Amino acid sequence: MDISFKQVSYIYQPNSPFEHQALKEIDFSIKSGTFVAIVGHTGSGKSTLIQHLNGLIRPTKGEINIGDFTLKANEKTANIKDLRRQVGVVFQYPEHQLFEETIEKDIGFGPKNFGVSDEEIKQRIPQVLEAVNLSPELLSRSPFDLSGGQMRRVAIAGVLAMEPRVLVLDEPTAGLDPKGQQEIMDMFKELHTRKQLTTILVTHSMEDALKYADYVIILDHGQKYMEGTPAEVFVQKEALQRVQLDMPEIIQFIQSFEQRFGLTLRYKGQSIEGLAQEINQLLKEEVRADG
Amino acid sequence: MNSDQVEFRNVSFRYNDEQPWVLNNVSFSIKSDEWVAIIGHNGSGKSTIAKLINGLIFPDQGEIFVNGIKVTADTVWDVRKQVGMVFQNPDNQFVGTTVKDDVAFGLENRGVERSEMIKRINASLAAVRMSDYIMHEPHRLSGGQKQRVAIAGVLAVQPHLIILDEATAMLDPKGRTEILTTVYDVKQNHQLNLITITHDLNEIIHADRVIVMNNGEIWTETSPRALFMEEEGLREIGLDIPFIAKLANELNKQSLTLTKQPINQKELLDELWTFHLNK
Ligand SMILES: Nc1ncnc2c1ncn2[C@@H]1O[C@H](COP(=O)(O)OP(=O)(O)OP(=O)(O)O)[C@@H](O)[C@H]1O
Ligand SMILES: Nc1ncnc2c1ncn2[C@@H]1O[C@H](COP(=O)(O)OP(=O)(O)OP(=O)(O)O)[C@@H](O)[C@H]1O
Ligand SMILES: [Mg+2]
Ligand SMILES: [Mg+2]
Repeated sequence: MDISFKQVSYIYQPNSPFEHQALKEIDFSIKSGTFVAIVGHTGSGKSTLIQHLNGLIRPTKGEINIGDFTLKANEKTANIKDLRRQVGVVFQYPEHQLFEETIEKDIGFGPKNFGVSDEEIKQRIPQVLEAVNLSPELLSRSPFDLSGGQMRRVAIAGVLAMEPRVLVLDEPTAGLDPKGQQEIMDMFKELHTRKQLTTILVTHSMEDALKYADYVIILDHGQKYMEGTPAEVFVQKEALQRVQLDMPEIIQFIQSFEQRFGLTLRYKGQSIEGLAQEINQLLKEEVRADG
Repeated sequence: MNSDQVEFRNVSFRYNDEQPWVLNNVSFSIKSDEWVAIIGHNGSGKSTIAKLINGLIFPDQGEIFVNGIKVTADTVWDVRKQVGMVFQNPDNQFVGTTVKDDVAFGLENRGVERSEMIKRINASLAAVRMSDYIMHEPHRLSGGQKQRVAIAGVLAVQPHLIILDEATAMLDPKGRTEILTTVYDVKQNHQLNLITITHDLNEIIHADRVIVMNNGEIWTETSPRALFMEEEGLREIGLDIPFIAKLANELNKQSLTLTKQPINQKELLDELWTFHLNK
């Protein structure tokens, strides 16, 4: 689904001493089928922004369009339930979306709520368990009797079971072990491509934004600070550092290498293996040229 | 008395009789002044270790000592005075209705006098850069701001032992480095012990020692530098090594031989520089 934000502002607790403007006149548009990363410092407004996408909160000012749905201040959105069926959100802290007595009921809650038949749910459950790499033995356990990373997996499974058209992921790999982080991100990307989803990923990992996203939006103090493709955005060291961010590690290394050796290496999406080969070749050539 | 700050002697634990052992005959000790990182796959038993140290749960077999005191139902209050713990999800640990009350709570519990209390609240919130939020409700903060406040809570108390259980997972990259530096400085100045449980491979680089958990057992206990040479083995148990270590291992594989395992960008560039001069 196409998504657009037009001059969107959001204020928490308006007209109270704690009034806080978390979003300021945000403008952007995302074409259906894009994988977008949203990055920004702690408190920059990322979670506030994504909570608009399934109508959990609505703009204080401005307008949001998601497919045929419209979100505006002081105006009820028609078919909000329909919107929630199509936009699946994995929240920043998994505990916030787990509440049933068993893991099985928890994963089935979303689809059931949106009228999916029990039979269909029974079929989906083993599929989503496999996608997040959880053992079916756990199904009868309480979702709260799990380790942090296991809870995260249950929360993700519950969203996948709804089979949404738009996937919104707020730090979905926090709490996962390194192998799990990679597997789950690869799974999201595969699903995104296979089902032609629109995916919005909030992340503090510049590495993941570089690897998985087609487009990056950077927030700073509730405002849009920068946007572009990862290759455009992630080479701008000073601009990133000004807002508490940094370049992905591989680009940091390449730039430092170029400076130190006065050689050209350049980031072009190479793997670590490819990078090692290039370094090897460059240094050996250098030696030959000197000798 | 014991000079070890934390000691596990053949500890086994399970959450109930029908489930398999979550920790199986685990023994280790942590010396005063040491920073130990614990890593391991999801469900390997890391948070269970933290809960056992703090007496939230007790071993089914074996014994645990904290600063020489055996952790039991009778000693648990003495033990908790020495330990400051930050959990994976800070929401579970907020008690105050304002950030200030929340940080004050731990100090009141320990009978810190009022003027000292105010000093420590201000200093610890400044250290995590949350002074502007002192009168805010902890539940109405962003994910990363919550983690900062939870960390301020333990810094204020200055316990002998700080346990951070994935306490920086929601921070931005700069924020993560800043907070760890802050905690490290406090550790050095007050001679604290530090246990960090993490999935962030770059976070373990500066630890004195790393304990690697696998399926409720200790897989290895070693220095970060030595650990990064075991890339294959770590992958098999769901873990990995940092980017720089991976690149170094790849260069070694391609016969560009480095003289030691670099743990940061500067060390790797220095190694390459030496290689390039000596060739
Ligand atoms: N329920 C709330 N009431 C009042 N203010 C809030 C509330 N939730 C968030 N805020 C404030 O709004 C700002 C933006 O918060 P938000 O959660 O969107 O940030 P974020 O970019 O997701 O940060 P993080 O990376 O730490 O999760 C912060 O300054 C925060 O303190
Ligand atoms: N309250 C509980 N009741 C029953 N079993 C539990 C409970 N808490 C944890 N477990 C189980 O104990 C094992 C170890 O959990 P623990 O929380 O110690 O793992 P962890 O290493 O901290 O994992 P993570 O990286 O996911 O946080 C897991 O298999 C988990 O399912
Ligand atoms: Mg957030
Ligand atoms: Mg844990």
